[in-house]
Formats: sequence, C-alpha cells, structure tokens
Amino acid sequence: MIFRLNQSSGIPLYLQLIEQVKHAVETGALREGDQLPTIRKVAVDLVMNPNTVVRAYRELEHEGVLELKHGSGAFIKESAGGRARVMRKAQAVVQSALERLAPLELTEDELRRVFENELAQARAEKRVGNGAGKS
Amino acid sequence: MTDFIIETNQLCKSFKGQPALRGLDLRVPAGSIFGFLGRNGAGKTTTIKTLMGLLRSESGSARVFGIPVTDADGAFEKRMIEVRRRIGFVTEDKELYPYMTVEQIIRFTRPFFPKWRGDLEQRYLKMFDLPPKKKIPDLSKGMRSKLMLLLAISRGAELLILDEPTDGLDPAATEDVLRELVAIAASEGTTMFFSSHQLAEVELIADHIGIIDLGKMVVAGSLDDMKAQYQRLQVVFADSVQTPSHWVDGVEFVRQEGRVLSILASHNVDAIVEQARSLPGTAVERFPVTLKEIFLEHVRTN
Repeated sequence: MIFRLNQSSGIPLYLQLIEQVKHAVETGALREGDQLPTIRKVAVDLVMNPNTVVRAYRELEHEGVLELKHGSGAFIKESAGGRARVMRKAQAVVQSALERLAPLELTEDELRRVFENELAQARAEKRVGNGAGKS
Repeated sequence: MTDFIIETNQLCKSFKGQPALRGLDLRVPAGSIFGFLGRNGAGKTTTIKTLMGLLRSESGSARVFGIPVTDADGAFEKRMIEVRRRIGFVTEDKELYPYMTVEQIIRFTRPFFPKWRGDLEQRYLKMFDLPPKKKIPDLSKGMRSKLMLLLAISRGAELLILDEPTDGLDPAATEDVLRELVAIAASEGTTMFFSSHQLAEVELIADHIGIIDLGKMVVAGSLDDMKAQYQRLQVVFADSVQTPSHWVDGVEFVRQEGRVLSILASHNVDAIVEQARSLPGTAVERFPVTLKEIFLEHVRTN
C-alpha cells in the first residue's frame, strides 16, 4: 500500500491517510486480513510525524476498518468497508420504496407494520438469512 | 509524570531595554514534534537559550521536564546540569571545537553522558557518511549539522532542541535529516522542539506548532486540529460589499478585494458562514487553509 500525501492541500494529513485506506478498501486494493505498514515505516517513508500516523490508524480502528494487534501491526478488518457500502445500497432501496408508498398516505405505524409483516413472511419462507456479515 | 516537557508562563526578556520576549506562553506536550515558528528576530533563539538556562528571564517562569529553569536560587546551576544532560541540542551557529576531528569530538563528548548510545553513534556515523578523520572546520555546513545531530541524538536525550536544524542544507540533506528525526521520534519517543522558518518542513514532521511574533505566542496547538478548524471563506457580493458591525467569534482576519471579502476563520466556521450568508446578495465559498496561510496572516498584521 503506497500512501500519497498532499502537503499543500490544507487537509490534515491524518485525514488524508484515513481517506486513502478507506478508498483502497472500497476499490479492493486492500482486502480483509491485509497488513498495513507499521507506524514507523509510514512515518519514515513519508517523512511525517509518527503521532499523525497513530492518530489515523486509531481512527480507522474506531470506525471498524482496521484492527490493531499489539506488537504485530494493523490489519484490515473482516468485511470492513464492504458492509458499509451494502448498507448504503439498502438505504437507497428503502428510500425509493417510501417514495412510492407516499401516495397511499399510510401512517408511520402502518408502514412499520407492513414492513414487519413482510419481514416475518420472508423469514418464514427463508428468503432472508442472518446476513453474510455480522451486524 | 509531566504532560508538558516544556512549559513557560508569561516569560519576559529584554536586551538593552528592547523587549525580546513579552509574556511568552509555551507548552510542548511529551512525545510531540513541536515546530516553533517565527520570523527572524521574533524571539525563537532567545526562548531556546532561556530554556537551556543560558539567558536569565526578567519575569515569568519556565520549566523543562517539570524542573524550573528560571528561578535563580542557589541550586540553579545544579538543576541546569541535570536538565542539560537530558537535552540534545543543535544550535543555530553549529559551532564545535575547531581543532578536533569528527572521531575526536565523539570520543570527547561520550563520557559526559551516562546514557550514551553507542549503537546510534555508529549508525549515524555510517548513515550520514561522516569522515572520522576530518577536522571540523573542513566539514561542509551540512556535514557539521549532521555531526551535531549525531552528538545530540547519541547522548540518549529525552528532548531534542533544534535551532534551525536544516538551515543551510541542500534539499537532499534536509530530507535525510528530517527522515532521521522522524525515525528517532517513532522508535525512541523523543520529544522534539525545533525552531524553523521553513514552513514546508514543519508541515511535514511537526504534530504541534507554535507561532511566535514580537516575543509572544500568537497561535499554538495541534497542527491537524488547526488545519481542520481553520478555513478561508470567500464572500462574493453581487453589488457593493457590506460588512456587519461586528463579526461572530472565530473571525481572525478580513481582507477586501473589490467585491470579495476574504475571511480567515480559526473556528466556529458554520456560524461565520451563516452570518456572511445573511448579508445581502452574497455567495459564500469555503476553502481549506495551509500552514503557510495561517503563518502569514498572523505575522503580517502584527
């Protein structure tokens, strides 16, 4: 993984690192279990402050993209990124469903009941599972 | 455990009635690489000399490793010996004993420091490509910088104070020195306090900065936070420029060029944008800010 930083963009360096890791995960350049370079290596290669690298890695760990294993380094976490993208897709589907339901002028409670009924039905027919990822 | 390796409070110092430091407040967090910025004559070297106990301040206080370095009591020199032993120092003038060779000055310096790191000494001797038999005056300025850095690092210092460490170095040598500083910070956790007016190099390796102007700290804090909070707003007016009677908190500098107001905001940007939008006929754009812009705005107005 090669990071590229833009010193003159005015965007904090740790944010640039975070964005690049996330982007690499989304494009598949980084996959589950891949190891990121050590903090020292990133700092020395890019001639940047090690604390800044630490900050980026911690933030990524907090967001569930990375797993920091003490003494052995930073690894891309299982299904990081992919899950977030799937959730965004699902959100879009639900949004358009709600738009199409609007003319029926259902109450919020009625909408919820319809959805839950359908969910129960699907579950009974095994059309939905536990999901591939863990929630 | 002290959270701040260096801490000064309202430090004042003048030379022949000319004030050099006018109430300087400086806080350098443990483990940070702190870039100390200022124009020539802003008070950078005076600050460093005061921290080393080489100059006496007139008022205010300063502590290094929590040890007072300004109180001139009977135990002052004894305390300063301890403080200096824990600091690696690279001065601006890079003066070293002119009659010694590289090898000799290393051998001469070593016994003063019980925590001397022979491994680092050998490593940097090789890495910096320093000729052991050469006399110090015959070294180039870059070589002398590297030699001073070697001596400062090898003593096992907890704090490196570097006064213009890359001054006079060519770009390749500058890159070498910065890379080594970063490597040391990463592996040894050494706190570094370095003065510079090379904004680009500060932006590279510092995580904290302080800007000193006319003997006072005008901005200080985490560089990333500063970059996240500071923004430049460009307010374009359809007709004539109208400014509010007073701007909300966070507006640092406002400049007008034709129908455009350029605002440097240090925080509270959303509220400032809202205020600018409420002015008649405006379009507001926001841009990220570089360290250079922050620096220039703050020292320009003073």
